[in-house]
Amino acid sequence: MAFGLGGALGKLRAGLQKTREKLSQSLKGLFAIGRKLDQDLIDELEEKLIAADMGPATATQIIDEVKAAYKARAFKDPNDVYVFLKDKIRALLGGPDAGGDIRFAATPPTVVLVVGVNGSGKTTSIAKLASILTKEKKKVLLAACDTFRAAAVEQLEIWSQRIGVEIIKAQTGADPAAVAFDAADAAVARKVDVLLVDTAGRLHTKENLMQELGKIQRVIKKKLPDAPHEVLLVLDATTGQNAIAQAKTFREVVDVTGLFLAKLDGTAKGGVVIGIRNEVGLPVKFVGVGETPDDVERFDPDAFAEALFE
Amino acid sequence: MRFPLADCNSPIVESMFESITEKLTAAFSRLTSRGKLTEANIQEGLREVRQALLEADVNFKVAKDFIASVTAKAVGKEVIESIRPGQQIVKIVHDELVALMGPTDGYIHWQSSGPTVILMAGLQGSGKTTTCGKLAKYLVKKGKRPLLVAADVQRPAAIQQLQVLGKDLGVPVYAEPSGRPPKICERAIGHAKETDRDVVILDTAGRLHIDAALMQEVKEVADRTKPDEIFLVCDAMTGQDAVNSASAFHAQLPLTGVVLTKLDGDARGGAAMSVKAVTGKPIKFVGLGEKLDEFDEFHPDRMASRILGMGDVITLVEKAQASLEQGKVEKAAEAFMKDQFTFVDFLEMMQQVKKMGKMKDILSMIPGLGSQLKGVDVDDKDIGRIEAIVQSMTITERLHPELFNGSRRKRVAQGSGTSVEAVNQLLRDFQQMRKMMKQMKGMMGGKLGRAKMAQFAKLKGKGGPDSEAFRKFQGGLGGPKR
Repeated sequence: MAFGLGGALGKLRAGLQKTREKLSQSLKGLFAIGRKLDQDLIDELEEKLIAADMGPATATQIIDEVKAAYKARAFKDPNDVYVFLKDKIRALLGGPDAGGDIRFAATPPTVVLVVGVNGSGKTTSIAKLASILTKEKKKVLLAACDTFRAAAVEQLEIWSQRIGVEIIKAQTGADPAAVAFDAADAAVARKVDVLLVDTAGRLHTKENLMQELGKIQRVIKKKLPDAPHEVLLVLDATTGQNAIAQAKTFREVVDVTGLFLAKLDGTAKGGVVIGIRNEVGLPVKFVGVGETPDDVERFDPDAFAEALFE
Repeated sequence: MRFPLADCNSPIVESMFESITEKLTAAFSRLTSRGKLTEANIQEGLREVRQALLEADVNFKVAKDFIASVTAKAVGKEVIESIRPGQQIVKIVHDELVALMGPTDGYIHWQSSGPTVILMAGLQGSGKTTTCGKLAKYLVKKGKRPLLVAADVQRPAAIQQLQVLGKDLGVPVYAEPSGRPPKICERAIGHAKETDRDVVILDTAGRLHIDAALMQEVKEVADRTKPDEIFLVCDAMTGQDAVNSASAFHAQLPLTGVVLTKLDGDARGGAAMSVKAVTGKPIKFVGLGEKLDEFDEFHPDRMASRILGMGDVITLVEKAQASLEQGKVEKAAEAFMKDQFTFVDFLEMMQQVKKMGKMKDILSMIPGLGSQLKGVDVDDKDIGRIEAIVQSMTITERLHPELFNGSRRKRVAQGSGTSVEAVNQLLRDFQQMRKMMKQMKGMMGGKLGRAKMAQFAKLKGKGGPDSEAFRKFQGGLGGPKR
């Protein structure tokens, strides 16, 4: 699934508009005066990175590299520092696994499991994925495995009607793994291209709920041994350093393949994905930039780094 | 089968003592007990504090201001002889944090005539609807008759969600299938008057603080309904952006308080400090789980410890008080201090600990341990197996573990339905645990530590825990013996 890159860049940039303005203004402010790269400037630079939720550990690491490059006389003028920073972040976020192509199964159905903590935006993100896939003429089936939260099934059902895709559901309180199994069954029987599995929000510290998630994945595997082909962890862009713990813990329970960074249309910068990439290795695959099902873009590391520091 | 605490070489145990107190003690090691704290000699230590705050997601500007105010408070202070400078700074930092986030304030402004109106606002996914349900339950317990109002016509099925919660609680829900929220809320208040409900809780849609139209709409809701309380619902996991969203909501709405949600996770919750700093409004309540009764008044002292990564010792102690038999704990603590810890004490301790709840939940509240626990498999079944092994030992063996030879090990393994390997493992772990206790004892330092241990053991649950005593106790845990 390749989205038009032009449109993707446009939306991502629009979503990051605030970020870009803020950061580039302050960065330019830092460099315009032709300051020396002294401790004050380094501290301010570090603050900018931290303000973007990059986290003190990753920020310090990047700043140390800036210092080393400065010592090696790699910078001719302050603008070089800024190019250096941008390249660092781009290199960190990039790689063959980054960006928004869903890994399709050799033979359909492709199963995409969507997980995350409460309120991160899983259900809306699923609606976005369903909308994109439908536009690409894929036959999509939704599985409403959040049988815990009040009216979560209804929420997904309304999306399914709006987008025009089928849904497998059960009563609130039903075993989510059983719903997942039925959905995998139905996906095969109905010859769908992609099965999108919605799960209940769970804090990664809740052992029993995490085990339940593991069970959902195991049950899907029983039906389709290669599935799930993609496990997306939905991350609220406003989340701070706890996102790193989330990524680590979810990955221990299910085979997380990438992040869906939701709610990037606010003023939050989502910089914790850099920390996650750095410490956990997970790439960002998609970016949510609004409330309608069309407000989704494949993640482009170049565009992200560019937009952050342009 | 592993008893994770028993391995004193594990990174878990190391980090347990690597709390902020520990780091600060190291940073201040060169400071002698005479002299004053100066800006120069506390700088290194305050960098550690800053780092801790940033790791906890306190906004960098808020952290900066905070450090400045702590510096001002600390500079010129005499170094108190009996306390290490690191601990002295921790106390100043902790007290400042408590002062900044406090005081405890669960007060709700009640309307004398007509229903009291409470408006809930916040970003998408912050937990408004669940919090409305929790607040309703809290108020019912206080003898109030709330009406829940579904004013979220944006998110699909948001109305149903509130209706389901209302049904569970037996609290009526006012909803209109469509229409503008300001009007809906206005009519809801009329409905509350007609049906004799004395509190109206308005559940508004989640909105981005930069969405001008939606911010205008919530402002209009407030203008029309004249709420007695306007609570901003804030996710405890929020990062640096908490200041931006909170100040935008604060600019549009006359906020009266904040509800901090999802504190049952392991986020350090620095957003609490950021939001308090920019709005100046008290944090009134906290959400601690998905169940509707997992809701509490805000405790600034607990939050301060949490932000500093010191763990939530007070909650742990409350839990302990609620479930432990005092005499047995004191006895175990005594054995612990006297270096006479045997399998008899061990068994009793395990049985006491088991009463407190799931092992993992308990461990996660221990300072510095919480964040290290991910990936550590603490299976409560293991505890059952360990118990079985100990119960298969004779009393003499329990008192003298050094007696264990091959045939005793074999007998115990058979008796407990486990394997010799498992018995060996437990014996090894037990030895490690004794070793670790010795180290802990050393760290707490002779007589002082013993006194604190006794203090710890004697705190009883009548009027809630003595938080001051516990803070002192925590302070005493830091650093090697001088």
